[in-house]
Amino acid sequence: MNYFETDLTKLHNQLVNKEITSVELTEQTIANIKATEPTVDAFITIAEAEALAQAKAIDEQGIDPNSLFSGIPVAIKDNILTKDILTTAGSKMLHNFKPIFDATVVEKLNNAGAIMVGKANMDEFAMGSTSKNSYYKMSKNAWDQTKVPGGSSGGSAAAVASGEVIASLGTDTGGSVRQPAGFNGIVGFKPTYGRVSRWGVIAFASSLDQVGHLTRTVYDNAAMLNVLAGADHRDQTTSTREVPDFTANLNGDIKGMKIALPKEYLGEGVSAGVRETILAAAKQFEALGATVEEVSLPHSKYGVAAYYIIGSAEASSNLQRFDGIRYGFRAEDVKNLNDLYIKTRSQGFGDEVKRRIMLGTFSLSAGAYDAFFKKAAQIRTLLIQDFDNVFKDYDLIIGPSAPSVAFGMDYTPEDPAELYMYDVLTIPSNFAGLPAISVNAGFSEGLPVGLHIIGKAFDENTIYRAAYAFEQTTQLFKQVPNLGGQD
Amino acid sequence: MNFETTIGLEVHVEMKTNSKAFSPSPVAYGAEVNANTNVIDWGYPGVLPQANKGAIEFGMRAALALNAEITPETHWDRKNYFYPDNPKAYQITEHDNPIGRNGYLEIEVNGETKRIGIRELHVEEDAGKNTHNPNGYSYVDLNRQGTPLIEIVSEADITSPDEAYAYLEALRQTIQFTGISDVKMEEGSMRVDANLSVRPIGQKEFGVKTELKNLNSFNYVRKGLEFEAKRQVQVLLGGGEIKQETRRYDEATGTTILMRVKEGAEDYRYFPEPDLTPLTIDEAWIAKVQAELPESAKARRQRYVNELGIEAYDAEVITQTLEMSDFFDATVKAGAEAKRAANYLMGDVNAYMNDKKVELQNTDLTPANLAGMINLIEDGTISTKQAKKVFKAIMEGEEPVAYVEKNGLKQLSDPAILQPVIDGVLDANEQSIEDFKNGKDRAVGFLVGAIMKQTKGQANPNVVNELLMASLNAR
Repeated sequence: MNYFETDLTKLHNQLVNKEITSVELTEQTIANIKATEPTVDAFITIAEAEALAQAKAIDEQGIDPNSLFSGIPVAIKDNILTKDILTTAGSKMLHNFKPIFDATVVEKLNNAGAIMVGKANMDEFAMGSTSKNSYYKMSKNAWDQTKVPGGSSGGSAAAVASGEVIASLGTDTGGSVRQPAGFNGIVGFKPTYGRVSRWGVIAFASSLDQVGHLTRTVYDNAAMLNVLAGADHRDQTTSTREVPDFTANLNGDIKGMKIALPKEYLGEGVSAGVRETILAAAKQFEALGATVEEVSLPHSKYGVAAYYIIGSAEASSNLQRFDGIRYGFRAEDVKNLNDLYIKTRSQGFGDEVKRRIMLGTFSLSAGAYDAFFKKAAQIRTLLIQDFDNVFKDYDLIIGPSAPSVAFGMDYTPEDPAELYMYDVLTIPSNFAGLPAISVNAGFSEGLPVGLHIIGKAFDENTIYRAAYAFEQTTQLFKQVPNLGGQD
Repeated sequence: MNFETTIGLEVHVEMKTNSKAFSPSPVAYGAEVNANTNVIDWGYPGVLPQANKGAIEFGMRAALALNAEITPETHWDRKNYFYPDNPKAYQITEHDNPIGRNGYLEIEVNGETKRIGIRELHVEEDAGKNTHNPNGYSYVDLNRQGTPLIEIVSEADITSPDEAYAYLEALRQTIQFTGISDVKMEEGSMRVDANLSVRPIGQKEFGVKTELKNLNSFNYVRKGLEFEAKRQVQVLLGGGEIKQETRRYDEATGTTILMRVKEGAEDYRYFPEPDLTPLTIDEAWIAKVQAELPESAKARRQRYVNELGIEAYDAEVITQTLEMSDFFDATVKAGAEAKRAANYLMGDVNAYMNDKKVELQNTDLTPANLAGMINLIEDGTISTKQAKKVFKAIMEGEEPVAYVEKNGLKQLSDPAILQPVIDGVLDANEQSIEDFKNGKDRAVGFLVGAIMKQTKGQANPNVVNELLMASLNAR
């Protein structure tokens, strides 16, 4: 079976009413994944035996009527640790890495009764916006397999968009959940920094990384955040703030909501199709009783440059631990210890990862720190101030989640920095630690356009309310891709 | 030309928190290799540091004990360097905002008190340990990885190897009495790096300094600095110049040997640790730590002299180590007369420790037993001579009252029992009585000896003397 025609609540009721067992659901899910994978290549690992064992255990103990995820198969991005199950981060460096513990988010999904069916493909160490930087495979856009699924959580997005699973986990450092969600016409959410634990998530840029999640519908997405959110003593950057019910007040009523549309988000570099779709979405919000006004986030244009300095600096530090000694890939035919390190890293890391390690190492070095890392940190502060100013008067900020729709698989710009621009609209909310969603706003050139909604810190509820109202009006989630005859 | 010496000392002290600075692994010396480690200490993918509040508080204790200002807003930094004993390839430290600044320590050299400035103190984590096996393999033990350290950096106020020695002694004692560390050079819980430069007297700028490593005792620090000062002077007098270099102290020859020449500062690519939130230390927290700060060695000395009537020198000796001072306090608290307790600790107990090469806490002696024995002496139950036997027993863990009872060591002080013995001895030694009457004092000694023999040495000599003299005079 695929997950096109259903949602979490319906499936949950079927499981509670014993119309289907978790084992049956898992078997059908895996069968469908196997049939669909040749088309989308969303998974690095399919954990068939483990998933069936988990489903059997859930059936035996009975579906929990109070947990929407009880007995439901989900996918997890491959940079999130799953005990005893291969976790590669899309890198050759971890081609054989089977972690000895579960990430907190995996633990939480397990406790909710979710079934982990597989590990989703991704750009190596989450660095990229196409998923083409994976060592393992090239995932495809669910709507057009000649197009990229976006990245870095491209596998997680393609798996949900192609109906392989109803929900998946991703990670979002500069837009890595929202951009692929937008490219695939599904719902992708990045919570407030500190809302969800990063324990067990292979770090890329610690001050920006946040676990996000992808679903078909807004309600399912909010329900998933209910499972994932909360303080964790193993991640001291998590907030001890109370976690509300994110599905509360999803009633379609957004009258009086004040929405800001920054002019910078529809400016140069944004395709006409995307601009029109987002402007139409803004009209939709007005029709629903919200106000939409143009504002300015004047420092947005510096975001990408600052991101590639800070993100790469942190990455250059975080990735030093991969040396071939304690886990993962180790080069052979080495002369001595230094040779082992050099060969392991030369062979184990891909080009984009090496590029960022070099960039980050440089920007932290004694001669460059003030001109690069420090400057970038100052820009970060300015970007945060931009948001603070707008959020004094507005509840939400909207824009596109990417400047264009998904581009071709074979598109490789000569300057790798050109692709960096695909994060331009999503990066600022990572810098400010703000929650944001991408929800399908319509189609351009036959491909989905993501509507990006940013909220105030720890005010995920308002984002969900707006996204839900929008989704219920447009009913776009009912449109499903043609997978070339695969079902 | 005469030269003056400038010395700076960087001291790392391991703090004995229950768990590590950034992971819940236990902190303990001497555990099985890699036993005290977990995924955080291994630098496993996906792990995050968990800052131990206890390490911060211990750092605050050290800063307060060294009269430093506490930095109210601080954050952790990453110091990046790649080495096998440092698995995540960075050390979490306080680079920008050390926990304490502008402290000082008073030392005494040649009877004069001098104040040595302490530039800063920062809390950081220790690395693991590499051992190089002759079989060609090197082994990494991560037990020490993540142990909280406090790094204490002196100002360039130290001007001689003797001052350096005195500074280290004072620092060791001050830190030890805060209870945050055992400060043992031999176990690595105190480590010293020194730098030294010389300059012609009168010259304003400092000379080029060299850094000394492998200083494994205070004595080696002093010897190493003495050698290095002489070496630098000789180089300069010979027309040479001092290079900024790291030198290793060689214990066998007492010299310093070049390890590496420094070419520019090493680049550690410091940046704020993004996995930990910044830390605010408010007045209330400082006040709490200040209130909990254990009594310093100096305060204890004053108390011993003023309240317990101990000689100043003795108070100095007893406060040499926290163990001894604590033991003394506990013994007095258990009811022992203070001076006698001090004398036993400085004398017999110290001799025992030296003889057996054990530390006080590794003997079977308890404050209660020492106090018990002292009380038996004080109330005349046993003689100081008998006490020698009892002392041996309590060092083996025996309870003094029970031991005295069991071995019949009780002193005989009852005249009703002693008088008949004395009478008997006098009856049997008419000649001695004669001698006594003729002014031969030796006779008394002979008679006491005989009485002691009859009582198997248990007679209270004072009582015996008294009774004997009375009996002799009565005859």
